[in-house]
Amino acid sequence: MTREPQIPLSQPVGDRVEQTTCYMCACRCGINVHLKDGPDGTPQVRYIEGNRDHPVNKGVLCGKGSAGIMQHYSPARLRAPMKRVGPRGSGQFEEISWEEALDIATDWLGTVRKTDPKRLAFFTGRDQSQSLTGFWAMQYGTPNFAAHGGFCSVNMAAGGLYTFGGAFWEFGDPDWDLTKYFMLFGVAEDHASNPIKIGIGKLKARGAKVVSVNPVRTGYNAVADEWIGVRPGTDGLFVGALIHELFRTQQIDLDYLVRYTNAPWLVIDAPGTDQDGLFARDADGNPLVWDKAVDAFGNGKAADIQPALTGTRTLPDGRTARPVFELMAERYLSEDYTPDAVAEPTGLDADEIRRIAAELAHVAFKEEIVLDQPWTDWAGRKHDKMIGRPISMHAMRGISAHSNGFQTCRMIHILQILLGSIDCPGGFRYKPPYPKQTPPNLLPHGATGDIKPEMPLGGPHLGFPHGPEHLLLDGEGNPSRLDKGFSWDAPMSAHGLMHMVINNAAKKDPYGIDVLFMYMANMAWNSSMNVPGTLDALTAKDDNGDYVIPKIIYSDAYYSETVPFADLILPDTTYLERWDCISLLDRPISEPEMVADAIRHPVVKPDRDVRGFQEVLIDLAHRMKFPAFTNEDGSPKFPGGYPDYIVNHQRKPGIGPLAGWRGEDGTEFGTGAPNPDQLKKYVENGAFHAHHLAPEHAYFKHANRGYLDWGITKGIRMSAEPTIFQLYSEPLQKFRLAAMGHGDRQPPERARERINRYFDPLPFWYEPLEGTMVDTGAYPLNAITQRPMHMYHSWGSQNAWLRQITAANRLYIHTSVGASIGAKDDDWVWLSSHLGRVKCQVRLMDGVNPHTVWTWNAIGKRKGAWGLDDDAPESTEGFLLNHLISELLPKGGGYRYSNSDPITGQAAWFDLRVAIERAENTGETEPMFEPLGHDSQPPSPEKLAYGVQFRKETT
Amino acid sequence: MTCLPEKTDKKLGLVIDLDICVGCQACVTSCKEWNTGGYSAPLSDFDPYGAEPDGAWLNRVHSYEIDNDHWKGTVHFPRSCLHCEDAACVTVCPTGASFKRAEDGIVLVNPDTCIGCKLCSWACPYGAREYDQDDGVMKKCTLCVDRIYNETLPEEDRQPACVRACPTGARAFGDLGDPASAVSQSVEDRGGFNLLEEFGYKPVNKYLPPRKGSDKAPDLPTAPAKTTGAPIEKLFAWADRALSR
Repeated sequence: MTREPQIPLSQPVGDRVEQTTCYMCACRCGINVHLKDGPDGTPQVRYIEGNRDHPVNKGVLCGKGSAGIMQHYSPARLRAPMKRVGPRGSGQFEEISWEEALDIATDWLGTVRKTDPKRLAFFTGRDQSQSLTGFWAMQYGTPNFAAHGGFCSVNMAAGGLYTFGGAFWEFGDPDWDLTKYFMLFGVAEDHASNPIKIGIGKLKARGAKVVSVNPVRTGYNAVADEWIGVRPGTDGLFVGALIHELFRTQQIDLDYLVRYTNAPWLVIDAPGTDQDGLFARDADGNPLVWDKAVDAFGNGKAADIQPALTGTRTLPDGRTARPVFELMAERYLSEDYTPDAVAEPTGLDADEIRRIAAELAHVAFKEEIVLDQPWTDWAGRKHDKMIGRPISMHAMRGISAHSNGFQTCRMIHILQILLGSIDCPGGFRYKPPYPKQTPPNLLPHGATGDIKPEMPLGGPHLGFPHGPEHLLLDGEGNPSRLDKGFSWDAPMSAHGLMHMVINNAAKKDPYGIDVLFMYMANMAWNSSMNVPGTLDALTAKDDNGDYVIPKIIYSDAYYSETVPFADLILPDTTYLERWDCISLLDRPISEPEMVADAIRHPVVKPDRDVRGFQEVLIDLAHRMKFPAFTNEDGSPKFPGGYPDYIVNHQRKPGIGPLAGWRGEDGTEFGTGAPNPDQLKKYVENGAFHAHHLAPEHAYFKHANRGYLDWGITKGIRMSAEPTIFQLYSEPLQKFRLAAMGHGDRQPPERARERINRYFDPLPFWYEPLEGTMVDTGAYPLNAITQRPMHMYHSWGSQNAWLRQITAANRLYIHTSVGASIGAKDDDWVWLSSHLGRVKCQVRLMDGVNPHTVWTWNAIGKRKGAWGLDDDAPESTEGFLLNHLISELLPKGGGYRYSNSDPITGQAAWFDLRVAIERAENTGETEPMFEPLGHDSQPPSPEKLAYGVQFRKETT
Repeated sequence: MTCLPEKTDKKLGLVIDLDICVGCQACVTSCKEWNTGGYSAPLSDFDPYGAEPDGAWLNRVHSYEIDNDHWKGTVHFPRSCLHCEDAACVTVCPTGASFKRAEDGIVLVNPDTCIGCKLCSWACPYGAREYDQDDGVMKKCTLCVDRIYNETLPEEDRQPACVRACPTGARAFGDLGDPASAVSQSVEDRGGFNLLEEFGYKPVNKYLPPRKGSDKAPDLPTAPAKTTGAPIEKLFAWADRALSR
């Protein structure tokens, strides 16, 4: 045997470590970036690992984050500003200077602002700085702003915020340390990444039960203790049947309902009148309950009463009223929601549903958790313990992306509330600054009459209408917004409808625009429904031969499919080269027991002529002299650019983008004067700030006197009143009354029936809309997508490492479906919808609902994009279901609504119905689009040996 | 041919929990990222942006469905060198480049003496060795030998990159030769098993099997009652009580 070589075991990893925040997805984990100086002194990224102290990822890092080196050094990175010189889609560009690019942008944008600001549509994709981008759009004065939430998760956000003032995912989390029974709805591999993985690991280690409700058994569902392979879009029936069982077996937390919800509030029963279905109220507007202690009506918000949950009462004016509890019990005890009735449409077994309901009740009521933690409730009453019902739930895409998602999401929350498991030990916990009021006291702005040249909007674009009076309409009742958000088409579209912008603009419906300005959204490919139609819209010309969407400005870091369709490219940086602010004003990184926010800061300098998009926005704001960005003498307010803005911008006195180290001496949290050393403190602390809640504030935040009062002093809570869970949502009923002909703001005739049907103040299940409009005999299968974990939310297909794991997608079908069409693995099929057809290859599996086919989303790439060769599997085999998903509901005669939830406008891309048939086993995927030109990009390398420069010699 | 040490002082290795692994690939890319700049640098990638991207990886995760007496479902199966006690990849090596360390049992390749003959990859029944076409030498899991003893790292970080990154905690590192170690205990408690035991290579790495979901069901006293009578009237009677706010 030869001598063992001596290996250098203690080599330093690099020359230094910089801590910043990841940007592969919306988790925003803390990362340690190990840097080593190259021979020319340029720092090179040696290794990226999770930051152990970080509240989100606690040291771990997912497959994307751990492949960050390849993301950062991708050959698809844009190099310099460009202006288009060939036709749209040709990819013919000319590099220009930043000065020229900013001059062009200022000219285009400034002209519109001086004439008719609504003719700018400014939409951002996976933007994590909406408090800045939204503020910029307010200052510009256009009503047409939103981010990508309309096709992502608005059903979850709105469903939660209208019900209990929080929401799944970003606004709350299961109590991973104490929960004993966890139900996961419609989350396969994504939303979220590391936090859910850490949580599932904890549950597994403790032996807590994990139940997954999902048509597909992969990812998180694969490790669940029980898999419920529900048919897509029928989760509401399943949840309704669970509620049915809880009511039937009298296993609900009545005390919790009386304390924290509107279950006892009295609902007026006066059909045909303009008050029908609204809450009976006293002279001060307080909702009425029947107080059993005194046998009289009482204030439904008062403490120290005994509200009745049952009984029809006659109001002083002679009308009758019934408590919400009774209406709810009638709804869910009806035949519609018996386990036997839902078994067939959901594809589940009725006994299985009964058993799960019994398990939920057992864990909630027989295995309650008691913490010896005194606290004070909203009415000032002291309690010496915190009682928990250790059931927690989480839901995302599979609920959200259906046209019945808002009501289904609300129904899941009702299930949680009936079990008494919101923000209690072991339950589902709010992340501060949530809970908000129900609905939040934040109204949308941008009604037609409020749009004036060179005039900022009076408030934020996006909000939560309480009734028809808050819609954004013109004098004739037509939409004020290009995406028809907050119109009768989508009254509660709290995140806008980015998915409708391009197609509406091209049709000039409701009106045409002059400039389309987008950031970080691949709308010419995998982020749009109906890709061919979207490409037509981007390139449509009028009779003069001019583009119908005259000017398109786009900012991204990479050469995506969308870049060639823009006229002016503003190249963004990679995530390691930029400033960012992950703010409490927007989407912070809080955890249930802490208030937290974060920054990104440049840990390496760009080697290209690129600038962070937020930096560019502030520059443009200075050039156009937006009031909030301009000093009285006309000089720029933030000459130091984005970092200057992060530190010195104040939304209200004392409240700015970052909550940590405020005050002139940096000792204040939440509110305080700007601190010039604030960013330095963040950098020193690992790029985040976390303020831990006092233990007595950790639970029952919706009704915790100490927390509510503390929240007000720190600027994260607007009202000292408790958040009262709205099992019955009065705002919905207000829209419904308008549809029935009441009030001075009523929907157009075509929308009356639709509003009347879907705006039910109590959650109900209805069939997803596409399924009611196509021949389901001809399109018998549901089709859905998910992202693989290693590419969740990320731009993975250009990542040299990640694409070695997944470079092409297959259509996964149940073995029985494969048998019925005689297909085996890798055979080609045609998949058709009412809109079109796609040719792709199949893979057979057992762990999928037999009526469902699915694939990995956004693996398919168009030739010419992302620095990939034209023969890359992403283009030859990779396919998108987007080509089959219409942005409009199927033709049925008359007005065509968006293919979206009728309440929130959430894109219903999981409603897709398809047919499958064998295709010839040859060729490439179809439709195949012409390769995009990419002459402006350098060629991609044929070989990588990244890390050879770090090689140590053995001795 | 190359000799194995008669015994090793420790048996360092991994314990991988198949009950927890969700197949996220974090261990795969963190391994690639560490080792492409570490002892095995580089882990080359051919055609990284083309038709057949193909690089050297020291750890891969495979996901597939199984249906057997023990378990039915999707399994995520991480695969890397198991650092066998009877490592055929070592004994087959003609140059001594492949060796098993006497002090901790880690199987390594010395890149300076590896001639790239690939005999070891043929000998390994687990497919755990990867030939780096560009470098012309064999690459394999080193258990991050340049991390686990690295005194420039904080003590808590002296573990393989895959263990450090794993978001679910499905991977653990330790001395499987010490029955009192946490990894040995988990193998004992959970019925940890050897991969392809019957081949007799005595792998050091162990896998923990998926737990049966039915073990987790709450112990319900009786099956839930079927409906008799009018449930809504019963419910209202039940709910009609003094409930103080």
